Order: sequence, then structure tokens, then C-alpha cells
Amino acid sequence: MTTAALSFDARAAARAWRPPPLIESVWLRYTVYLGALLYLVVGLGSVEVNWVRAAEGLERGARFLAAFFPPDFVTHWFDIQEGILESLTMTVVSTVFGVILSVPFALGAARNIAPLPIYLFCRSVIAISRTFQEVIIAILFVAMFGFGPLAGMITLAFATIGFLGKLLAEDIEDIDPSQAEAVRATGASWFQLLAWGIQPQVLPRFIGLTAYRFDINFRESAVLGLVGAGGIGDTLNSSLDRYEFGTSAAILLIIIAIVLACEYASGWIRRAVQ
Amino acid sequence: MPVITKANGARLWMRRSTAGDLATWFGWLLGVALTVVCFQFISEQTIWAFVWDAPRQAGDLLDRSVPPRWDYANELWKPMWDTINIATLGTLLAVLIAAPTAFLAAHNTTPSRVLVRPIALFVIVASRSVNSLIWALILVIIFGPGMFAGILAIGLRSIGFIGKLLYEAIEEIDPTQVEAVRATGASGAQVLVWGIVPQIAPAFAGITVFRWDINIREATVLGLVGAGGIGVQLEASIGRLEWEQVSMILLLILATVIVSEWVSARVRHAII
Repeated sequence: MTTAALSFDARAAARAWRPPPLIESVWLRYTVYLGALLYLVVGLGSVEVNWVRAAEGLERGARFLAAFFPPDFVTHWFDIQEGILESLTMTVVSTVFGVILSVPFALGAARNIAPLPIYLFCRSVIAISRTFQEVIIAILFVAMFGFGPLAGMITLAFATIGFLGKLLAEDIEDIDPSQAEAVRATGASWFQLLAWGIQPQVLPRFIGLTAYRFDINFRESAVLGLVGAGGIGDTLNSSLDRYEFGTSAAILLIIIAIVLACEYASGWIRRAVQ
Repeated sequence: MPVITKANGARLWMRRSTAGDLATWFGWLLGVALTVVCFQFISEQTIWAFVWDAPRQAGDLLDRSVPPRWDYANELWKPMWDTINIATLGTLLAVLIAAPTAFLAAHNTTPSRVLVRPIALFVIVASRSVNSLIWALILVIIFGPGMFAGILAIGLRSIGFIGKLLYEAIEEIDPTQVEAVRATGASGAQVLVWGIVPQIAPAFAGITVFRWDINIREATVLGLVGAGGIGVQLEASIGRLEWEQVSMILLLILATVIVSEWVSARVRHAII
């Protein structure tokens, strides 16, 4: 073996196998790359950072982090307790109402069982509910129903309709039609078709989605307080306003703990029903 | 299926046993009772006079917000551009942090299951549990109001989302391909690049675009706590009760979200 044979062979390197690129068309690939680069330059250019202010803030950030060791559960325990309880009750009631209301909307939004006018109406309600962030909807409901957890509860129930309605409707559209057909062939009415042909096929996933939505509703209930719709967010906001970072840290830890508990519970429920 | 023998000797098939029936009913009873108790708690803190007034208030609101102030749109293009930037740059930031975190969290690629994996999982969970608006609230205190806090807030919240879905994708890869690459004598980095990355690249791109779509929605409200974007205008318009401006902003948000959802659906469709 000579050293010449070991030296770099340009021809062999050119013929070496390469993995296929993600975007197959060459010009599209480079247009996307170029566009992304251009955007990055323009986008980053439009971000104004006040570094002097940021440097001042870092000291406050350090104090915020220090507040986690140890967090202050005691000073405002009554407010924290009240806020958490409010968030949890909002979560429970809004999930129950949302689920009950989402079923008719889901049935209406499934093209294989609903006539066109009903389909369009249900789809547009679902689309509106999904488009706007919960906080924006909460602002409108607070303006209508006044401050307090009721406005937050209605917001979350409305958001639940959009979420569950869409996913359940897609599930109903994806069912095995032969089972529904078999039930219909026995002369079943529309409601009997629902109960015996469709419900058994979608129920496990529906329960799983409900558990997942419960989890989301709790997380969202933690921010609705910012616009006066009740819940722990209000307590958190005022503790941050007063620079009582120990209390904020305690609230954040409680939120994380409850979210973790919800997540384990919903994972367990989903495994149990599927 | 349990069978119950009646007194007259007739056998009756039931879906559940008597104990199962009772347990089911008890479960429902508990659920209904919990809901009622919770609703009562909410009801105690509600001023019902305001609620009965709601239809009139809603009509009033609608009256004042129609028609939208169309010429106000000229002042909204810049904030909307900021909103899209917050979402995009925030997603980018999240991707840069979430991708390595996901590799540290997946049980088949983590360098240490005892030490590194729990830390990576904690990062993912902590990021996911805190809403981006709360992240923004904290970051505005630290960095001052503006887009920068918004980008960081979106980024911090998205790390958990992208990280979780990505590490689940990594755990579901086909191990035989990885083994084949390793059998050629590839180093650890080469196994990563040739054995693992090609398998998760489509999922990764899909997850990122999906999160970007969600982030556009989230970025529209960050301004409420001063973290930049169109929420600043929304907050100001609501504060001054200029509902015809609010409806204009909402229309613009609706249009943007529909476009972003369409883009995201197209991209995901093209990839998968």
C-alpha cells in the first residue's frame, strides 16, 4: 500500500453516498435557506434590546432566583390557598361544562353524520374558539360578566368546546363506517346509531382527551387572573408587583406540582381506557 | 358478563355485576357532587346582578365595536410584524435549547440515566408547566418591557413542548438502523448524525412548525404584560374603552392566525 493510495481522492469523495435532503427540489431548498437567512437578519435587526436596563434587571433576576431557596409559603398562605382553590374549582366546572357542550358541537362538526348547514355552523364556532388565545376571550367575558372566577370558568369552557369539539369531530369522521352501517342496517334510529355504532368507537380517546384538557385548563386558569378572571394568576401577579419573590416562587412551585400530578393522573387514565 | 338468576328461575344477562353497577353510580355521584360543590364556590364569589346584566352588556359591547375602525390598521402593521417576530425568534431559541435537551432526556441517547436524564426531564417539565404569559411577567421584571422579554418567554415555554415531543420521537426510533451504523465502526457523533438524526428529522420539523403556529397565538397576548407585540395595542385600546379599535385588532389577529395555521398545515403535510 503506497501513501498515494491513502491520500485524499477527490473523485471518490464526489461519488460518496449522501443522505437525501429534507427538501427534494434544489431551487426550493436554496430559496428556503436564503429566505430564512434574510428573515433572520431583518427579524433580529428589529429587536431592540436595552442592555443597560437588562443589566440592571439581572440583579432583580438574581433576587428572584434566590427566592426559590427557600420559597415563602407562609406570609401570604391565605391568599395562595384561596387562589389555588379558585383555580381548581374553575378547572373542574369548566371541564365538565366544556365536555358536555363539546359533544353536540363535535357531532355537528363531523361531516359523516351532520347535514351541511349544521356542519358549517359548528365548524365556525370551533374555529373562533380555537383562534383566540384564552386571555383575549377572558377579557371579553370579564367585560360582560364582571370580575371573578365565573368569567374565567366560562372562558375555559368555551376554549374546551373548541379543543374537544375539533378533535372529537375528527375522530368521528375517522370511524370505521362498516360498524355504523351494520347498526343502521338493523333499522336503528339516529340516536341509536350514535349510541351503538359511534360512541363505542370514540369513547376511549374521548376520555383521554378530556383528561388532557383538564390538565390544560388548570394551566390556563393560572393566567386568567391577570385580566381579572379569577384564579391563582391574580395572586401571582400581585406578588410580583410587590417584589415579594418568595411568595411568587412558592406559587410557581405549587403550580408545577399540581400540573405534574395532573399529568401523571391523565397519563394513568389514558393508559387505563386504551 | 355477569348473569343474575331471578326468583322465578329466569336468567338475566347484565353488563356489570351488582357491585360494579353500584361502583359506577357512586363514581358518577361523586363527580356530580364535586362539580356542584365547585360551582357553589364560584357562585359565592360572583356578583349575579352583573351576570343577569350580561346580555345587555354583550349587546352594548357589540354596538360599540361595530364597525371596526379600519384606518387604525395602519398603526397595527408594525406591532403585528413584532408579534410574528416574537413567535418565530422565540421558536428558534427554543429549538436551539430543546434539541440537545431532548437527546439528554431520551433514555436511548442520554449519557447518564441516573444523573443527566432526571435533570433534562425536570427542565422540560418546569418549562411546560409555566404558561408563557407567566414567563413574560417574570422576564419583564428582569429585562424591562419590550420584545426581548417576549421572545425569551415564548422560547422558555416552547423548550418543554418541543423537548417533550422530540425526546418521545427519539425513544421511538428504529434501533436496528442505529446498530447498523455502529457496526461499521462509527463514532458516537457519527452514529448520532447518520443513525438517529435522519430518523427524527421529519418529526422534528413537524413539531417545530406546529409550535410556531401555537406561538403566534400566544404572542398576541404577551403585550398585556408589556412583553411587546400587538397585545400592547390591545391593552391600550381596552384601557381606553375604544372597542372599535379592539375589534379591528381582533380581526387582524384572526387573519394572522388563519394564515399561520394554513402555512403550518401545508408545511407539515409536505414533510409527513
